[in-house]
Amino acid sequence: MADPAPSPGFGLYVHWPYCEAICPYCDFNVRRQQTVDPLRWRAAFAADITQAAQSFGPERPPLTSIYFGGGTPALMPPELVAGVIDIARQTFALTDNAEITVEANPTATETDRFQAFRDAGVNRLSLGIQSLRDDALIFLGRRHSGAEATAALTRALAIFPRVTFDMIYARPGQDLADWREELGEALALARDGGHLSLYQLTIESGTPFGKRAQKGEALAADEDLAADLYALTQDMGAAAGLPAYEVSNHARPGEESRHNRVYWRYGPYIGSGPGAHGRLPGPTGRTATEAIRDPGRWLAAVEQHGHGIDSRENLSRRIQAEELLFMGLRLSEGVPAARFHAVTGWTLAEALPEAELMPLIGEGLIDRDSKGLRLTAQGRPLLNAVVAALIDRLPSS
Amino acid sequence: MIDPRRIRNFSIIAHIDHGKSTLADRLIETTGGLQSREMKEQVLDSMDIERERGITIKAQTTRLTYKAKDGETYYLNLMDTPGHVDFAYEVSRSLAACEGSILLVDASQGVEAQTLANVYQAIDANHEIVVALNKIDLPAADPERIRQQIEDVIGIDATDAIPISGKTGMGVPDVLEAIVKKIPPPEGDPKAPLAALLVDSWYDPYLGVVILVRMQDGVLRKGMKIRMMATGATHVIDRVGIFTPKTEPVDELGPGEIGFITAGIKEVAETSVGDTLTDDRNPRAAPLAGFKPSIPVVFCGLFPSEADDFNNLRESLSKLRLNDSSFHFEVESSPALGFGFRCGFLGLLHLEIVQERLEREFDLDLITTAPSVVYHVHLSDGTMQEIHNPADWPDPTKLVKVEEPWIKATLMLPDEYLGAILKLCEERRGVQQNLTYIGNRAVATYRLPLNEVVFDFYDRLKSVSRGYASFDYSLDGYEEGDLVKLSILVNAEPVDALSMIVNKGRAESRGRAICERLKDLIPKQLFKIAIQAAIGGRVVARETLSAMRKDVLAKCYGGDISRKRKLLDKQKKGKKRMRAFGKVEIPQEAFIAALKIGDE
Ligand SMILES: Nc1nc2c(ncn2[C@@H]2O[C@H](COP(=O)(O)OP(=O)(O)OP(=O)(O)O)[C@@H](O)[C@H]2O)c(=O)[nH]1
Ligand SMILES: C[S@@+](CC[C@H](N)C(=O)[O-])C[C@H]1O[C@@H](n2cnc3c(N)ncnc32)[C@H](O)[C@@H]1O
Ligand code: SF4
Ligand SMILES: [Mg+2]
Repeated sequence: MADPAPSPGFGLYVHWPYCEAICPYCDFNVRRQQTVDPLRWRAAFAADITQAAQSFGPERPPLTSIYFGGGTPALMPPELVAGVIDIARQTFALTDNAEITVEANPTATETDRFQAFRDAGVNRLSLGIQSLRDDALIFLGRRHSGAEATAALTRALAIFPRVTFDMIYARPGQDLADWREELGEALALARDGGHLSLYQLTIESGTPFGKRAQKGEALAADEDLAADLYALTQDMGAAAGLPAYEVSNHARPGEESRHNRVYWRYGPYIGSGPGAHGRLPGPTGRTATEAIRDPGRWLAAVEQHGHGIDSRENLSRRIQAEELLFMGLRLSEGVPAARFHAVTGWTLAEALPEAELMPLIGEGLIDRDSKGLRLTAQGRPLLNAVVAALIDRLPSS
Repeated sequence: MIDPRRIRNFSIIAHIDHGKSTLADRLIETTGGLQSREMKEQVLDSMDIERERGITIKAQTTRLTYKAKDGETYYLNLMDTPGHVDFAYEVSRSLAACEGSILLVDASQGVEAQTLANVYQAIDANHEIVVALNKIDLPAADPERIRQQIEDVIGIDATDAIPISGKTGMGVPDVLEAIVKKIPPPEGDPKAPLAALLVDSWYDPYLGVVILVRMQDGVLRKGMKIRMMATGATHVIDRVGIFTPKTEPVDELGPGEIGFITAGIKEVAETSVGDTLTDDRNPRAAPLAGFKPSIPVVFCGLFPSEADDFNNLRESLSKLRLNDSSFHFEVESSPALGFGFRCGFLGLLHLEIVQERLEREFDLDLITTAPSVVYHVHLSDGTMQEIHNPADWPDPTKLVKVEEPWIKATLMLPDEYLGAILKLCEERRGVQQNLTYIGNRAVATYRLPLNEVVFDFYDRLKSVSRGYASFDYSLDGYEEGDLVKLSILVNAEPVDALSMIVNKGRAESRGRAICERLKDLIPKQLFKIAIQAAIGGRVVARETLSAMRKDVLAKCYGGDISRKRKLLDKQKKGKKRMRAFGKVEIPQEAFIAALKIGDE
């Protein structure tokens, strides 16, 4: 039998759907900020999380992470964040070193609350810096400057034990030299926190950028430039001691986001809040849940039915295998053979026979051995196509 | 029964987009056929695809009730016809049911190729012609110049041409008066044995098979037993009605009227357009003149991209044929594509429309093979075969000679584009017949091999003339040609859907053009692939498609996974046939697009 796979952990994702303004590239479930009733939300999160706990039977595992994502969860009243952490602790218990992250924008309203979040139990902050260039920040519709972003980062580093930040690159007009310089600065800024996320700008349909692109504006980098920018990012990240442990996430070894790794290692997680997704234990192994997206309707549903779930799907083993590959191959560690077997009941070798994989191995895109399956550095930027090819070869049931 | 002297039957004919359907709207509105809340633009264009493309495909009939200035009430039967050359057959049938035509000419554009083709057909049908100069609301309209042009080019008297706007309704009352005054009433004898021309028939989900008739003699009533003179089949009429354009029952149809009947007929195939209906108990001696059946001139294969969909495709084709007897289909099998159908169409637009309807209305994913014309292939054993499928092409050693269909084309264009258009025709092996000028517009007639026209001639014509050239054609016999089969190989595998019969002298340039085009149309793969064109074993063109470099989602967290799975499901769709690595799936839109290319 293969080596035991590292444990994926068990996470709670809490979605806060409000932002001060909606960025033109963003297709998360977001709304313009409004005044909210913290007690009402607290009660709703409590009911919803309690309901989700029913999926776990009497032996509830402890949570290894909580992630407040959005939208802009840093706009949540800190007492609400504290309240949700309390609920989680009461319902599941938290492991000693549980990672509790909040996403924040580098704007004054949010930085002013850093200490309150820390006091509420948050121990990791994820800051949406996006760019260090003011013109790019204007293009991205951000409401802060590069200087404000670095100031917010300095402040976060002083308050939180762990800090990470996000950057968006492959922006229109950005060439290799521009990014080399900006990335160099970003990597220097990330040295203290030890983690950063580097996303290529994605043009999502339905967003203002999506609409502009549809009208013919060239907002997305062409494939060759995107590939070159990606390769440069890999090289510089590794050289700075922050290698990519996932497609877009870089960390000093040990500083990886434990919460996000739950998704990629295909562990269980609860999704609470408008539009949040979850993967819970279920009759087929994994049940996918999806919450009502509209905040008002989500609240009303929780108040009426005790949960905000809009749809629930017991995933077939074939779909679990697909998701496991799709998520797991994003990680440089790949998909361990033991985990594949544990989740799907198939051994990797029977689900994806060596002979079927030879052409992909021959093209230098994947690597496989008795421990598992992973993408090569050359294969990683081609992940969608490689996974599509792999999935095509899975047994049908 | 309506007094035939109060009836006027007319078609609206014009070049594409000159405003026939819009004028029909105004006529219906003015005479009160529909309430304004029931009106919409080009109300007679009832198929989704007609509304979406803004074109008429099927001729439509409507009765207008009009109180004329002379105080009498007239019954005007209007037939709106399609403008596109592929549907010229619809026009010819409509003309046969009428005594007159409104010739509509866009006063900003003037006479175009289909204006000529249609008006000559109307003249041949002995029609009285009312000329209307449309779109005079447009600043570019120049009715005086166009009036003169009509006289010069067509040679008919346009002194009384009526300036109108189908958009604003201006001049429409004058059109109604002119119809009453100029177009002769139909003639016919109510006491003579029944003679009704079967103009059209289609399947209606509520009414079953509906037959559109133009009455000549006698009277049609519910309960009558009619006989179809061509087949001898008899049916009892269960419904008699007219279109206003809503269906309305009437007690009877007398001489000169246009209306519909239903008679418990199950399939459109039991009716043949151009046939004569007569009274079974008191039959007429000889049928009416009728008209020639339409013949498909362009063929292609339609294959389901999922083999499971074959039966679905068969049913869908049968359903479409219920309303469109002009296309043909029969089962075909191909080594690479499995089972599908070889289908025949009136032209490339017709092909595209049927394909689009199958995909949209029946939710089918199709692979369309290269369109082909019908070749007369003479073999060494003395036999002749009609071949329209490259897969059936015989071994060259068995060929004695091949004949291909030719057309006679009329092209009209502003003279600044003449050079480019003549070059295009020459490249397509065209032979000039005539070249004249009307003012600064050139009228060229050419003989061309049809196989040079079916691919992309029309698109090229539009692009080299910036849309200002118009084109009409009719078939003009067969001639011997030097033809070979060109094969396309993707990653060393022949793609039989893309093989085609071409003139030998043009095979190489066509092969090169297709390879270049495919290079843009085939998405990059995880490995690089060769795209080749070959005649027999000889490669005549080659392109290399480099491997893909980046295809990954930047962000993928807990919520993205479900969304992205749907994306992967989409990628997987239609790939069942292409399981092994190295097999390249050619996207379905590449098939038709690859063949629509110019080689210049
Ligand atoms: N300005 C203006 N536009 C018009 C007029 N009549 C028609 N149009 C426009 O011309 C276009 C074509 O009109 P249709 O009535 O669909 O033309 P058609 O002759 O029926 O077209 P086919 O059936 O495709 O041959 C449409 O966009 C109409 O709105 C008019 O009098 N004035
Ligand atoms: C939920 S958002 C972060 C939350 C926070 N409101 C913010 O904007 O800083 C997570 C991250 O996804 C990235 N992101 C969002 N939309 C993106 C897009 N269209 N293309 C690339 N990255 C995107 C941004 O870097 C963003 O910080
Ligand atoms: S990027 Fe962040 S701040 Fe901007 S709309 Fe999205 S979630 Fe809100
Ligand atoms: Mg029309």
